[in-house]
Formats: sequence, C-alpha cells, structure tokens
Amino acid sequence: MRYLPLTPDDRSAMLNKIGVDGIDRLFRDVPHSAVVQRSIFDLPDTQGELGVERALTKMAAKSKVAGSLPFFCGAGAYRHHVPSAVDHLIQRSEFLTSYTPYQPEIAQGTLQYLFEFQTQVALLTGMEVANASLYDGSTATCEAVQMAQRITKRGKAILSGGLHPHYAETVETVAGLSGTVTRSPVTPGKAEDIIALIDDQTACIVVQSPDVFGLIRNLKPIADAAHAKGALLIAVVTEIVSLGLIEPPGAQGADIVAAEGQSLGVGLNFGGPYVGLFATREKFLRNMPGRLCGETTDAAGKRGYVLTLSTREQHIRREKATSNICTNSGLCCLAFTIHLSLLGEEGLSRLARANHARASALADRLADIKGVELATQAFFNEFTLKLPRPAASVVDALAEKGIVAGVPASRLLPHDKDVRDLLIVAATETNTDEDCDALVHALSEAVA
Amino acid sequence: MSEVRYTDQHEWVSLDGDTATVGITKHAAEQLGDVVFVEVPEAGRKVGAGGEAAVVESVKAASDVYAPVGGEVTEGNKALADEPAKVNADPEGDGWFFKLKGVSKDEFAKLMTKAQYDEFVKGL
Amino acid sequence: MNNQGRPTAPGTVEDNELPTISGDRGLQHEVSLIFELGRPGMTGVDIPEVQMSDARLGGLRRKGPVGLPGLSEPEVIRHYVRLSQLNYSIDAGLYPLGSCTMKHNPRLNEKMARLPGFADVHPLAPQQTVQGAFEAVSELMRWLTTLTGMPAVAMSPKAGAHGELCGLLTIRAALEARGEKRHKILVPSSAHGTNPATAAVAGFTVQEVPATEDGHVDADALEAALGPDVAAIMLTNPNTCGLFEPRIKEMADAVHKAGAYFYCDGANFNAIAGRVRPGDLGVDAMHINLHKTFSTPHGGGGPGAGPVVLSAALAPFAPLPLLVHDGNEFQMIEHADEASDGAKPFGRMCAFHGQMGMFSRALTYMMSHGADGIRQASEDAVLSANYILASLKDVMSAPFGEGPCMHEALFDDSFLEGTGVTTLDFAKAMIDEGYHPMTMYFPLVVHGAILIEPTESESKESLDRFIHVLRTMALEAKAGQTARFEGAPRLAPRRRLDETAAARKPILRWKPKELPQAAE
Repeated sequence: MRYLPLTPDDRSAMLNKIGVDGIDRLFRDVPHSAVVQRSIFDLPDTQGELGVERALTKMAAKSKVAGSLPFFCGAGAYRHHVPSAVDHLIQRSEFLTSYTPYQPEIAQGTLQYLFEFQTQVALLTGMEVANASLYDGSTATCEAVQMAQRITKRGKAILSGGLHPHYAETVETVAGLSGTVTRSPVTPGKAEDIIALIDDQTACIVVQSPDVFGLIRNLKPIADAAHAKGALLIAVVTEIVSLGLIEPPGAQGADIVAAEGQSLGVGLNFGGPYVGLFATREKFLRNMPGRLCGETTDAAGKRGYVLTLSTREQHIRREKATSNICTNSGLCCLAFTIHLSLLGEEGLSRLARANHARASALADRLADIKGVELATQAFFNEFTLKLPRPAASVVDALAEKGIVAGVPASRLLPHDKDVRDLLIVAATETNTDEDCDALVHALSEAVA
Repeated sequence: MSEVRYTDQHEWVSLDGDTATVGITKHAAEQLGDVVFVEVPEAGRKVGAGGEAAVVESVKAASDVYAPVGGEVTEGNKALADEPAKVNADPEGDGWFFKLKGVSKDEFAKLMTKAQYDEFVKGL
Repeated sequence: MNNQGRPTAPGTVEDNELPTISGDRGLQHEVSLIFELGRPGMTGVDIPEVQMSDARLGGLRRKGPVGLPGLSEPEVIRHYVRLSQLNYSIDAGLYPLGSCTMKHNPRLNEKMARLPGFADVHPLAPQQTVQGAFEAVSELMRWLTTLTGMPAVAMSPKAGAHGELCGLLTIRAALEARGEKRHKILVPSSAHGTNPATAAVAGFTVQEVPATEDGHVDADALEAALGPDVAAIMLTNPNTCGLFEPRIKEMADAVHKAGAYFYCDGANFNAIAGRVRPGDLGVDAMHINLHKTFSTPHGGGGPGAGPVVLSAALAPFAPLPLLVHDGNEFQMIEHADEASDGAKPFGRMCAFHGQMGMFSRALTYMMSHGADGIRQASEDAVLSANYILASLKDVMSAPFGEGPCMHEALFDDSFLEGTGVTTLDFAKAMIDEGYHPMTMYFPLVVHGAILIEPTESESKESLDRFIHVLRTMALEAKAGQTARFEGAPRLAPRRRLDETAAARKPILRWKPKELPQAAE
C-alpha cells in the first residue's frame, strides 16, 4: 500500500521493542467477539492510482457539468469564475496539510489570513467584527438566531418568508429547541409586512437580502422596528458578490449578519464545503460563536496573531459554551480571501456590476416572452419569473435539451401552490450571450 | 475589623456587619493564570448561597464565581472590566468581585476559616 | 468548565542575532497585512467594464467603497506564498497531535475532488443531471455502513460536532416517537468538550461519569447513573486517553436495558477501522470524522465532514435530505412527505446535502486503501503509538502503566516534576527541533497531559528520530539542563505570543491608521 511506509521487517522489530508477539496483542482490550476478519467486508482490496482514477472519472462523467451547458441555477449557490491562482495557492502543502493554528509560533500563515479574512468580512458586510467563519450560510444563520436568543433572553425568532426555505428548516431544527421559530408568509417578489409581527417577546427577525426570489430588501425600517421592541435584526446574504454593488446590512442597521461566502473562491461543489460568514457589533462579541483570530506581539516585540477569546468555546466551557462548533471552514476561507484580494475594490465592483448587467438584460428578454412575467423588480443577479405552467416541468423539459433554466420554486416549497409556476433564475459573469440566447429560445418554445 | 471566610469553590468573603465583600482566592487566581475578563453582577440582583454570581476567565480557562452567602448585590467591581489583571495582582484586596448586603451570619459561620481553607488547598 | 489555566504572557526576550536590513531572514519573510499593500484602481482579475443602470437596485446601491486594497496577481501570489512559508504542515514533518490524526493527505484525493462531475455541479440542479455525484455519495455510504456494520448513514453533517448534534437530535426524535421525554445525557469526564456542548445545544442536561484510575470510563458508575431520565450516553471509543474501553459491550447492554441509546464519538475510529465494527459493540449512532480517519485535509482548521452512521432503531429518524435509488436512478428526497413509509426525518441540518468535496476525497482514500489497506492502516497507527510508548515510558511518565495503548500514547507531566520545565515548555522546545508539538493539557483527566499520535504515515526511521529527540529532551530536563526549554521556541518565525494581551484588548481586524483601533 503506497501510503504506508512500514515494512514487514519494521513491524516485527517494533513489536519486538514493545515486547509482544503479534499485533493482536495490542488490541487485547477489544472483546474477542467484536474482532472481525477481512472477509466480513464486501469491499475491494487496495488499488493503484490508475484504477481509482479510472473508476471515479467514469462515475463523475455521469453528471452534467454546470460549466458545459447554459446554466442558470442559483438559490443559495452561485457559479462564478474562480481565478486560477486561488486553487494553486490553497493546494500549497503548508495551507492544505496544517491543523488548526493552536501553536501560533509555527502557524502565522493561517492566523494572518484568518485576520485578513475577518477584516474583509467586516468591511463587506459593514459590521464591526467578524469571526473566522462557520460551516456555511445556513448553519451560520442558525447560530445567529441562537446568539440572539442568548443576548435578548427571549425565545421567539421570526423568519421572513423570503429566507431560503432550506435555511428556515435548518433554523427550525436547531434553534427551535431553544425557543420558538415562526415563518412569515411567502410573498414572492414583494416585501411582506414583517414589522407587524414583531412584539416584545421577539428575540430576532431574520431577513435575507437579496431574498430567495432575488428581491433586494430594504432592511433599515425593519431594523428600526426591531430595535424599538428590543429585538435584533439578523440579515442573511446568500450571494456575497451582491455586496459589491448594494448597501451592506451593517449600514442598514443589522445587528448580526450571517452569510454564505461560496461565491468567492469556493465553487459549487454540489452543496459543500462552503464557508459561513458571521459578523456582528462589537458589543455582542462575547456572545459570538466560532473561532476568532486576534493581533498581538511576540516576546521579541514583533507583530503576530493568535486565536483568542476561546473561553466562549466548547473546549474550555464545555456544556456552557456559546456553540458546540469546534472548527471553521479554514481552506474555504482561504479561497474566499485570496479571491477577494485578487479582485480588490475595483475588481469586486466590476464583477458585481457585470453580474447585475447580465441578469438585468436576461430578465428583460425573458419577460418579453409571451405568458412570462418578471416577478422580481429589484434584484442583483437573480430574479423570479412567473411562467404560464408549472416551472418544474419546464425545467425538466429544458434539461432534456441540455439547458439548466434555474430552480423551480416548488422544489424548495412543494406545499405552496402559489409558487408552482415560479422559476428562480440566476445569471452571472460566467453566462455567455450564447447561453442567454439558448435559454430565451428554449423557454419561448416550452411555454408556447 | 472584618472577618474572612473561604469556600471549597475558592471564593473568599469578608463580612462587616451584614455587608459582605466577595472575591476569588489567591490559589484560584494562580490556577486560572492571567485573568483577561471578569463579569460582575449588577447592583440590586439577589443571589442565594451557592448561586452563580460572576464569571472569571483567563486565556485557557474559565470559571463561574458563586456567592458564598446569600444576599443582595450592592456593587460589582467595575474596575475589573478595564483592568482584569487586578485579580492576579491583588486577588484578596483590589481584585474583589462584588459586595452583598443582607447577609446571614449563620451562613457565613458555616464557611471555612483561613486555616481550614489552607489545609483544604494543601490536600488538592 | 476547565478552570485550569497556564502561562499565556511570554515576557520579553532579547534577540541577539545581527538584524537584517530588510527585516526578512533568508527564506523567512516578514509579511505585511494585505491591507497595507496595493494601490487604488489596481486589480488582479481582468473583468470588462460594463454599463449598467441603477433602476433595478431598489434604491439600495452601495453608497461608499468597501475599503479593499488593489493588487495585481503577482503581488497576491507572493503575499500568500510567503504566508504559507510561516506554517508547519504534515507534508513537511511529523505532526504528532493526539486526538487530531494528522495523517498523510494523498494528492490523488485532491485530483478526484476536482473532477468537474463532482465539483462543478449545483446542489439544486435537476436531479437527473447529477447522477454521477449521487453515485459517489452512495458509494461512500456503502463503504461507511459496511466498515461500521451499521445499516444507515446520515450524510449532511458538516463536521464532527455537527455530526454529534445530528446523532443527538436523531435520538431525541426516536424518544419522542416512543412518547418519552428523557432529558439527561451521560458524558465521561475524559470526553472532548464538544460532547457536553452538543448535548446542551440539543436541549439536554449533562451528567458527568467519572474515569477509573486506569483511564477507562467507570462502568459501574455509568450503570448506577442510568435511569428513566437518561436519553443517551456519549462515549468516545477508543477513548481520549488512547485506550479501548474493555467493558464497552457490557456498558452498551446496560444502556439499552435502561431504554437509552449509545452515542459513540467516532473521533478515534482510525484505530479500529477494518478490525472492529462499532455496530457489533452496540453503538446506535456514531459520527465519522472524514478529515481524520479518511484523510480529507485539515486545511488549517476545516472544512471537515461528519457523517453519522445509525442503528436500525435510529435509522428512520435520520435528517433530510435522504438519498435513495429507485432501481432506475438516484433520487434525493428533500421533503419529509416524499420519504418512504416509516421514515420520520427529524428535520434538516444544513442547506444542502453535506460536504461533497470531502466525500469525493474520502471515497478516493477508501478505494485506494481497500478494506485490507484500511485495516493495515489502523494496525500501523496502533503499532506506531505503542512503539513510541514503549520507547519513551522509561524517561517520560505514562499515567496508565505499561500499555498497550491504541493509536495514541498518553503521558503526564510527573517526569518533569521539580525540573522547572512545564508541559508547555517541553512542547515549545519541540518546535526548535523541527516538530509540531503534541496535543497538550488534553484530556483533562491527566495532569499536564502530553498526547502523542504518530499515525500510520511515518516510517520507522522517522519514528526513531522523533523518539531520539524526545528522549534526549526528557533526559536533559531531568538533568537540570533546561536552557533549550526557556523561552522556546527560538527558531520559529515568531517567539511565544502574548495571548494575555490579545484577550484583554482584542484587536480582531485591521483598521485604517486614521481611525482608532477596534474593540477597546
């Protein structure tokens, strides 16, 4: 086996040094009846690189790759171009094969990029502090709700109907244990009157912008109303590139921002791993979940970085920790941070504008199709269409033709009859004019 | 002259009339290492004997601080927020955590004396 | 809570070396923050300028700049390459972190994870278009259930602690289906901190079970603690002291007899994979850290993946989504009412279907090793740990006697008593010798713990060299030759860092010079 350096002679010599006559003696505490033989496993034996590569390449070829066809799915995961430098850098041994930076003297590389990442996230979201990332946007939203429950000592969380339904289900599953979670009605393309739901039992209001139907939401009035009742506003962002063009949640009064960072550096990956962004106000710092990296100096007076404020975390506080999470999304934050560093202020702005311009032009053309209406008037790079027939069947019909038209809203909300004809379409800088032509053409045919 | 008693959770409490001052012992401060954060209770809060009243943290450790005797908080040591190092420098003086009023002398009398506490620490 | 601290302020040291003009030292560069570099208008990505109108932004166009610096591609690459050179890594040296399993990360895994059919597919793409990705997930599920002897596996948990939460929520759902409300989880004192933290998040209270003198869970105390209010026990096996629990089946039987479930923390599955099936031990739920046992890279702290294998009793309650095969093709069940009869999923752990990028890597690892190679890897990991224990126990102090241990060797700090050298000093001196320190001060049940996990990836020559260094260090410390421990490390990119100052006045982000620093 190419990954195992010990030879049979080494093994004998080592057993000899240990003073036992066989490897079985080292497993003496295992109950005899629980020891199994190789033959019990219906699994193959060791295989060389060539064989493994052949088998997996064949398997992977059974998927239709997003980059190989006109592709317009978003709804929480967006296809963007990732510069080549990103993947090269994250595969460097010193980043890829290092552990959590618990020994700061020999982990300044990881610690400094975490500090840069925290700064970038705080700047993008317009918040004062950000952590070193959580698993993904949905779990970050869940952590945000639990944090708001701790801070306000209230249990009730109100989720906007525009919050991604998978996020809402994740929050209900976990934060529902520490309080009550209610969802406001789904109003595709329109802002619901969520303010009316806020009362003095409310811990937090969770509003996504742009929301799952693509609508850009004005958060300021919601923040003001929440604060008037002693509740917190949690802003959720699933398309982080949008913050290159639209006003950040921090500037609109959000208390906590939970976001998905997948759009920068990470790629689609069939749903994971992604990178959860988490930012808040300084006064809530000690209630924050997740790792934090801080600046300090070493014994020789040089600037350096360490993980800090760990007393919030499980390895010290155990059952009293702010969260049970004991990891971040290290390599994905590195990818995020490198991509954003490559873009810089100018690149991010251009990327965001390119996305909006692409989506706006496509929306206009699709809305011109007879029977198709544009349901989202204010959006970034994603919008919702109302079709004259169920969107799921249209998506299936177009998939047959090699076009992935978007996500039918019914896939996310199967019980809501009102969304049956809605199609959520995302367009990014990766969509070409030919892709858009193909979609317009095929959709015209499908709804005719 | 006030009298000082100790708990097995490493708090000290000094009683003056029916007013008590509470902190953590020198031993507790040494065990924690450099204290970096202290949360003290607000005035007006009522705590029972053995109830959680404050939190003290170092970089690698954290501990709840319990009220050795019941009473109403009259003051938390606000200075510790800016200068948590006081807990290490002078744990049984400037590094006090909070003051209580309405304290029962009987509860106080049940706690360890200095000699008993020193013996207790030796046995750990 | 852990209320045992240790020194975190390093004091000051004199640097006696002749300073360089640049501040850099050979291959070791001082690296500015990215925000201190660059110039306005520069970018490392060429994106055409486009015309667009504000008409569709709802009046919410960004009013000011984000505040990001502008750098060209070569500048960005140099910045991150130089940062990388400040890190220790498995590829560069032995990384003996007990309980973390820093084994070799094969590069074939990276290559396979990047196959477009796994990587460039969208989680909500029409299901008929992503059958290759489904097949890979399904194949990994087959390996995991076969190796553990468990009938089902929940794939969506994103890390070990997330898997623990998934397991406890499954148990909660199973109890509710039985019409029972049990509120207590038993957790051994030697457990990872995530266990009690997870139990609290899942809405349970925690009762600690003590350890015996020999480092095992006190099975008698466990049995005495069982009762109608106990929902489950969370037990790590092999445990965090690196020992297999010999009375595990007896404990599992007692747990089941009391109507509770047995959650096993699978963090140390790498010691027994291919030799022991947790299903045969009476386990009801166990998360598997793919980033440990199956070698997906740790990546400086994630991302991980924590699929949870489930017993027949718990399988119906597994969370959404569920992957099934209808005889024709794979289908992802995303809503409870689409699930087959009898399935009662407790909810959803995260937005999509889990860590696909980690699944493809773990599957590659498993296919490369095969069932025989996985067993050999477990045996080599245990052999190497015992070799270290046997080679160091006369100069260091092993709290639980002569062994054998499983995949990690535990020492305490009694061999350093009276030397003035602490576990921390000992660990930091290892850095100067070219090694990453071992895990220290964990598990909490041992004083000044030193937990060494060599993994199966080291050659005998590498182990012998490591043993020689540690032996010499231990003997020097005991002989009063403590110079190399004082203020160590001396040869790393940084001396000891002031963690006290970092925590007292947190600086958690860069701010432009003209603004006051944050968090004060």
